[in-house]
Amino acid sequence: MATIVAEPTGIPVVEEHHEMSFIRKYIFSSDHKVIGIQFLFLSLFFLLVGGLLAMLMRWQLAWPGRPMPFGGLFPETMAPDGIMLPEFYISLVTMHGTFMVFFAIMLLLVGVFANYLIPLQIGAPDMAFPRLNMLSFWIAVPSGLIALASFAVEGGAAGAGWTSYAPLSGMPEYSGVSMGQQMWIVSLVLLGLSSILGSTNYITTVINMRAPGMLWTRMPLTVWALFVTAILGLLAMPVLSGGLIMLLFDQTIGTHFFLPETGGQPLLWQHLFWFFGHPEVYILILPAMGFVSEILSAGSRKPVFGYKAMVGAIVAIAFLGFIVWGHHMFQSGMNPVLGTSFMVSTLVIAVPSAIKTFNWMGTMWRGNLHFHTPMLFAIGFVMLFVIGGLSGIFMASAPFDIYIHDTYFIVAHIHYVLFGGALFAIFGAIYYWFPKMFGRMMNERWGKIHFALTFIFFNLAFFPMHTQGLAGMMRRLYDTTGYTHTADLQGTHLLITISAFALFSTGVIFAINFFGSMFRGERAPPNPWNATSLEWQTPSPPKHGNWEQAPVVYHGPHEYSHPDVTDKDWLAQNERPDVVSPAGH
Amino acid sequence: MEAHAMPYYGGRTPETGLAVYTQKVGMWVFLCSEVMFFTGLIGSYIILRFGASETWPQPGEILNIPVTAINTFILICSSVTMVKAFAASEVGDKRGTRLFTLATAVIGAAFLGVQIYEYSELLGHGFGPWSGLYGSTFYTMTGFHGFHVFSGVVCMTWATVKAFRGGYDNGNYQGLEVLGLYWHFVDLVWIILFTIVYLI
Repeated sequence: MATIVAEPTGIPVVEEHHEMSFIRKYIFSSDHKVIGIQFLFLSLFFLLVGGLLAMLMRWQLAWPGRPMPFGGLFPETMAPDGIMLPEFYISLVTMHGTFMVFFAIMLLLVGVFANYLIPLQIGAPDMAFPRLNMLSFWIAVPSGLIALASFAVEGGAAGAGWTSYAPLSGMPEYSGVSMGQQMWIVSLVLLGLSSILGSTNYITTVINMRAPGMLWTRMPLTVWALFVTAILGLLAMPVLSGGLIMLLFDQTIGTHFFLPETGGQPLLWQHLFWFFGHPEVYILILPAMGFVSEILSAGSRKPVFGYKAMVGAIVAIAFLGFIVWGHHMFQSGMNPVLGTSFMVSTLVIAVPSAIKTFNWMGTMWRGNLHFHTPMLFAIGFVMLFVIGGLSGIFMASAPFDIYIHDTYFIVAHIHYVLFGGALFAIFGAIYYWFPKMFGRMMNERWGKIHFALTFIFFNLAFFPMHTQGLAGMMRRLYDTTGYTHTADLQGTHLLITISAFALFSTGVIFAINFFGSMFRGERAPPNPWNATSLEWQTPSPPKHGNWEQAPVVYHGPHEYSHPDVTDKDWLAQNERPDVVSPAGH
Repeated sequence: MEAHAMPYYGGRTPETGLAVYTQKVGMWVFLCSEVMFFTGLIGSYIILRFGASETWPQPGEILNIPVTAINTFILICSSVTMVKAFAASEVGDKRGTRLFTLATAVIGAAFLGVQIYEYSELLGHGFGPWSGLYGSTFYTMTGFHGFHVFSGVVCMTWATVKAFRGGYDNGNYQGLEVLGLYWHFVDLVWIILFTIVYLI
């Protein structure tokens, strides 16, 4: 077995070995690894909350008007006698979307992995601005808590949907929610600030903190994806913040931005929201694509097929992501000519997405496949993302979208890309990088069981929603028994609800595995997957400051089964093949 | 295989990163975000103004243009002193650094003072954020700009204290340069806002 050769660079790495207090080390830490793990706990908590809200909704959809189990725990204003009120149901819909999009998936992808992986993968000792990084986390915490607390205030939590369309969201009289809606706005303004500070940090770090030899063309695809995602966040988030503040002013100090009776324009809110909202969709999928590329490459023991095309596709998707927001608004009364141009730009996104999909298959093609848990989740990602991507092409064409607009077809699509896509990649990434974070392996057998059950119940829960949507089942509908065409769908709703409960239960397997492995798991070697990027060339977990000496990078990120290396099937980025395998020369 | 056939090995380690220090890169990146924030506000203003059913007030009909023109001049002056502070710190001119950081903070505060006077006059005449789209957009845009100036003044006050304690001696100019980038950006935004909100 070859030993890792680290050349001295002459660049001193500041080693801080002085003892820090518990609070400085684990609570108000400026170490990017600790902040990443803090974000991990925070976002998994919100994933749980978002999931619980979904379970309540599913109960109501399967058994409309029947008292919920433990329904007596809810106050009269939410569920008298355990029977859910329509106002509470719409709050659940709103807050499920808000928690999942902003506090679970986005924080998991960006808060956790951008923080944890960027400095390690580019060979930096920490972020460019460690204290700003800490601030970004400690803004995200109150932001989430404010959103959570809004359930407890008078009028309940926000009830205008996660998109909070005006004028419903602009006047307390319309939605019956005043305080909850304002807390929703404040929460997202704070989260936007946290995200902008984080993005500034990630971008600056990638631009200026790369190790010697870490050229742009040698960065792991995860770093590329997170870098481009940070640019999306940096440019899209402030537009949302501006719109949110206008909405808050409409609610509180009597401005008229989005209220039509006084000259305001409700459509302006939709434009501002979706100008942010569509890049946000790619914020939620690009990092996942990066993780998947890396896991598939390691699991296939082959370099990523078409590295430069992959980078180009990430950049192309990000750019196109800024000029397609109108496809959310085909039904809003926008000029149809404008709708056509948005339709064309949206369809074009299928090209870079297909490049990525085919390259993933090219990466696996004739590879030496290792079906470990991260690999299974990565393959699951590709399969489900294809389904979600194809239904996306359906919806991109305006004539079809007019038919399925605001139906369960949309709900099915968003869950195929955000759960089947992003969350599968997140699970894969957690199984993959857990050993690096905590120094212990997660249990492989339970990981595989978790994958299999998640995959089965995910499809059982969400695939039927496509057909429900085509049959006219409306999104956000409280009681399906009220219409004849939706009453016929009750059997499918029951199937979906039971599958959703089962899907939620698979989270228990994951939680036990996660926390159990943290304390009882097998000790992890520095490089359990025989992977090539720099983070695997440090101890598990890495020390404060990451490196004894700044690493030197000699070649690209995914050098598996290199023909010049004879004694192993991988070549780390900081290894020289002539030293590792002198026989090759 | 011969070693020279491998592009990753040649004994050379290419340098990475820009030839610009990290704080400056960070500020430029952050300013990109600020550009998008004000673009959102200005874009909304344009859409609301062109779509408005009520007639938009003529320039000078409600707002006091001469006072704000003087205020604009005041803000531009603060940019000049900001440049002078940076230039002084760069050459190690301690006295100049202290004088001009103090001047920048004071002039920035003066701008805010005039803006508060303007707001109180307008509110005294019953013109508030609730006064139609004109009031909504006026107060939101100038208010957010004022908030940015306020943040800048807080930072400049801190920088002034630091200057008087010798924090920028010995050619330590980077903090003032980064702060200056922000200051000039906020100044530039005001020139755009003054033009489209007051003059057009």
